[in-house]
Formats: sequence, structure tokens, C-alpha cells
Amino acid sequence: MTREQTFTVWQGQVRMRVLSKGDGPALVFFHGSWGLTWDPFLDELARHFTVYAPEHPGTTPDAPDDIYHLDGLWDLVLCYDELLQALSLERPAFVGHSFGGMVACEVAAAYPGRARGLALIDPLGFWRDTDPIVNWMVLDPAQLRARVFREPDGEAARALFGGSSDPEAAIRARIRLMWSMGSTGKFIWPLPDKGLKKRIHRVKAPTLVVWGKEDRLVPPVYADEFARRIAGARVQTVGDAGHAPHLEQPETVARMVREFLSQ
Amino acid sequence: MKISAFHLMPHRELPADFEDRYESVWVTPPWWEVADASRVGQYYNWTLDELIHAARAGFDGVCTNEHHQNAYGFMPSPNLMGSVLARATNGTNVAVVQMGATLPTSNPPIRVAEEYAMLDCISGGRLVAGLPLGSPMDVNLCYGITPMEHRERYREAFALTLKAWQSREMFAWNGRYFQLANVNLWPRPVQQPHPPVWVPGSGSISTFDFAVDNETCYCFLSYSGARSAKTMMDGYWQVVAKKGREKNPYRAGFLQLVVVGNNDADCEAKYARHVEYFYHKCLHVPPPYFSPPGNQDYRSLVATLSNPVRRPENPKDLRYRDFVDKGYVIAGSAATVRDRLKEEVVKGLHVGNLMVLLQIGSMPHELTLENIDRFAQGVLPDLRGVWDEEGWVNHWWPERLRGAAPARARAGVAAAGA
Repeated sequence: MTREQTFTVWQGQVRMRVLSKGDGPALVFFHGSWGLTWDPFLDELARHFTVYAPEHPGTTPDAPDDIYHLDGLWDLVLCYDELLQALSLERPAFVGHSFGGMVACEVAAAYPGRARGLALIDPLGFWRDTDPIVNWMVLDPAQLRARVFREPDGEAARALFGGSSDPEAAIRARIRLMWSMGSTGKFIWPLPDKGLKKRIHRVKAPTLVVWGKEDRLVPPVYADEFARRIAGARVQTVGDAGHAPHLEQPETVARMVREFLSQ
Repeated sequence: MKISAFHLMPHRELPADFEDRYESVWVTPPWWEVADASRVGQYYNWTLDELIHAARAGFDGVCTNEHHQNAYGFMPSPNLMGSVLARATNGTNVAVVQMGATLPTSNPPIRVAEEYAMLDCISGGRLVAGLPLGSPMDVNLCYGITPMEHRERYREAFALTLKAWQSREMFAWNGRYFQLANVNLWPRPVQQPHPPVWVPGSGSISTFDFAVDNETCYCFLSYSGARSAKTMMDGYWQVVAKKGREKNPYRAGFLQLVVVGNNDADCEAKYARHVEYFYHKCLHVPPPYFSPPGNQDYRSLVATLSNPVRRPENPKDLRYRDFVDKGYVIAGSAATVRDRLKEEVVKGLHVGNLMVLLQIGSMPHELTLENIDRFAQGVLPDLRGVWDEEGWVNHWWPERLRGAAPARARAGVAAAGA
């Protein structure tokens, strides 16, 4: 059973729901551009950690317009700081996927003492002219699936993007997806480099970088950008997985994260 | 009513297989493969000549607009074109209708206020100031503005523009997106308190509210004719009524594609391939470009996705006859065009400020001049008086041009300054 609790931060203007499960050491999961879905990966982590999974501002149900109270990445980082204070977590581990990986890294750079360990799964945050990242926000649904997943028609893709034959559910899933991309896109449009390269040296937490070998959205070469800037960072790749290896290979990635954080 | 000639300034010679070979006419069309700067210079000059010709032929206004990285319309700076037009039409009663310079892509946005004031000075107070939000393609995809900030930036820039034109005192603007310590516009517009403002839109409810609240003329720039615009424009008039404003037809503008010939068959022979070029090549844009996430607010997003109007027809499946039958293009003899325009557009949508697109797609220069002349001679005179007996005042037209119908220039009488 997941627990849920909604916190209000930013002078009472931003509501953030946090899903949680487990009773081990604290771990905060920062979701990607496509919204938070409680998935088998989080279940797997929850067997060993207390997983706290906040919803990015704007993506909490019934609070879509809260996103308009944040103007830029600095506001967002401070917002997460307020949330972590509200959760009263003593040096949790940070795990972040894609956009959430970038946010986790930014928070860890802004507050070097805050994270006990950092696990970044196919994170955004850098730009290489030689390896451009396709703007996932202007792809049609089929193209988007094909960019994010190794198997665009697989179970993991259906779980994230909705694959229901029920038209009502499909509409709800589409609204949720579009608003999640808009609310996260606010901090990353039009290119996913918002200056992390100037700040990443401040990260002090032991860091693991995990990458799907067949990531067709953010090519695995981007792992180097993180590895060479974070002292002692380790890189592990995941076979048979695209941009969301934790969804296509949940047990493998959960094991990597668990083993890393247990050291 | 006021009738203006609109121009997109399209590439007129795209390759026959353009829409099969390339992803999009907008944002990503490959310049080096399909365009040539010297030839494009010819297009710009044809465009100016065609609009100046329309001004001399008796149109009430000439319209330019702004797009970026777009092979069907590439006036990235409409004010460069407007400047030429303002100069060339001096001494006439023709309005310079800028439809217009896009606020969210101008930084700081007082640049638009300044340039419009220049145009108003050069033209002697004949400017209509279109203040468009700008399309997602132009603003988000080409100019990098975050979709979720697009409307907020527009609204702030709009308020700043109006204040910059009118303020008697120098002021500081401490906005969310723009900060300026010394706003003191040079020049100010001739028209007081400011030039008439038109807000183009594409049917979103929030723009209806915005246009009415700010006492602007709402203009629907449509490529699909009055029939598909009917529900939308009815929605606009409901907002006008709800907000207690009078149903003055000059509160509304509409863009209609028009071709005039001797008869239907003559039109088909002359114009069919240019019309199909326009709908098949010029509107070749991937659907996701129109709605990057965050560009619509949450309420509109839910409304749009929850009530998907029956899937809009794909213009690529239609041919010339379909475009005419469905009203995308109004075509025929002068009498046919006049009657259809009057019934479907002017009366049907309750429009006082009509814009007509007479150069369409690949239409060559000489044929465009012919279309302009046929419209000016056979259609325009009969439409001009449509609203007269109701006695409305066109508050959204330069005051000194409201009563005047521009006389057609006599042969040999060049516009002042030409």
C-alpha cells in the first residue's frame, strides 16, 4: 500500500503530493517529464527503503495552476528544499529519472550536504551539438513512445503513457501527460541545458549514473558528461532498455541502485 | 465596412514533391534545398507591388504579418514591409494594417511600440496596430519562448505597450518578464490616445475574453472559410454580449481566401493549381507543432482533449472543387463572390473588418494583379456599404479614415513619394 500526503510550500501557493511506501532508509524519487506513476521499480525499491515520490509542481491532481507560481529553475530547487524540510528527512538518498535526474542533481548541487547518495537514471541536463536531444514535447504519441521505450508497445510503455482501450481513460491519460510535459517543460524548454555544468561540481554525494543502452532520446554518451564532472561517479549501463530502463528492467535497475546505496 | 488586402509573402515555387520529401513547411523547411535569396528578393518585391497595387485599386487597407522559418509566409519583420507600404501610400486614405509584429518574440517588447509609433508617424496616423500572440511554431519552436510562459509574456507585453504609447510621464516597468527602468517612448503615435488595436486569434475562449476586456477588434485569421468558423465566431459574439458590449460588427475581423474570374470554370482554370499548392504544400505542418505542452492552459487543454470535435478534415485529401464548395476559398464571378462573401462571411459571422487573401500559394504576380483588380472593381464597391444603414462606428479603424472610401487612383497618379 502506498501512502499519500500533500504538502503546501512556496508561501502556500504550491501543493505537492508525495506518494510513499516502505520502511527502510529514506529515498526520494524525482520523476521524469511524463508524470509520476507508482511502478514496479518503486515497489522494488520500497522493499529496502522508505520511498518518497513527490509530484512535480503542477502535476498534483486538482492543483494544475500551482505551476504558474514558479518562474525558473532556482524557484523549483528552493521549492524542493522546502518540501524536503516539510518531510523532515535526514539526508535521504536521491534517485531521479530523466528530467527528475536533472532536478535531483540540481538540488544536490545547491545543497551539497542534503543527499546521502545520488542515483541518476538517464538524466537530462547537458547538451552536445554532436548528439542533439530530440524535443520530446513536439513528437506525436507514437514517436514519443518510440523515443522513450526500447519496446514502444511493451507493458512498461502502456503503464506510463496509458494503453487502455477505454476512450475516457485514454483522454485522461493524454491530459495528464500533456500537462506533465508542460509543467516540467517550463524549466527545460527549448534545450535541456540550463546551466548544470556551472553547478554540478558542487555535488558531494556518492553518485551512480545508470543508462539504458538503447536510449533513443538521450544517447548514452551523455553519461560521460556526468561522470567526468562528479568526483568518483560510477556509470552502469542497462541492456534491453531505452530511456526508461527502470521501467523496462525494473529489477535490474532497482538492484543497481540498492547495491550502490548500500555501500 | 472596411476591406483590406492581406498578404502572406509565400514561396511561390516550392518543388512539386515538397510535402512528400520534407517534414514541414514551417520551422524546418530546408532553405538551401528549396530557396534562393535572389529569387526570394523578387518575391518580396512582388509582395510589396501587389499590396501597393491593391492600395491604389481602392482597398481600404493593406495587411502584412509575421512568421518565422516558414516557407508559406516569411516576413519575419512585418514592420519592414509596413514601412515601405506606409511611405508608398502617403497621400491616400489607405490604412496600414500590421497583423502584426509579435510581442512575445520582441525583446524588449517596447520595440514593437516604437516601430508602430514610427509607422503611425510616417503614415500620418493610418496605422492599425495588430498585436498578435503569435503561433506556437513562431514563438515556441523558432524563438524559444517556453510554451507555458507564452500567454503570460504576451499579456504583460500588451499592457506595457499600451502604457508606453499613452503615458504622459516616464515610468518604470517592474514586470514578471520585463523590467525597464526608464520607459519614455520616442516617437509616440500620431493617433490619440493610441492606434486602433486588433488582436488576431484562432478561437480560444481566453482570447475572446482578452479581446473584449481590452476593447480590441478580434480577428480570426482562418484558412478554412466561414463555415468552419461559424461556431467559433458565435462564441465570440456570446462573450461580447455577456460582457455587456454592443454587437458592433467592427469588433470582428476575418480573413477569407478569394479568387475572382469570369465564371466558375474560368476560376478553376486559372486558380485551381495555386489553391491546391496552398493547401497541400503551404499548410504541411506536423500536428504536434500546433500544441506544444503548456501552450494551452489547463482548462483549455481539458476542454480540447475531452471534446475532440470530429477529426478535422485533412486539406491534403481535398481538391480545388472541395475547397470552393466548403467555403475555404470563395471563387467565381464577381457577383458570385460578392454574394457568398456577404452571406457567409460578412453577415454570417457579423464581420465589419474583412481581410481577403488574393495572392494564394504559387499564384504568379500577373495573375495576382488580375485577381486584385477584379475584386476591387467587381466586388469591393458592392460590399463596402453593407453595414452603413445600421450606423455603427468603426472604432477600430484610424479615425481620419473612418468615413473615407479610398478613391481608386487614376492611371498615372502615383502614390505620393513614389
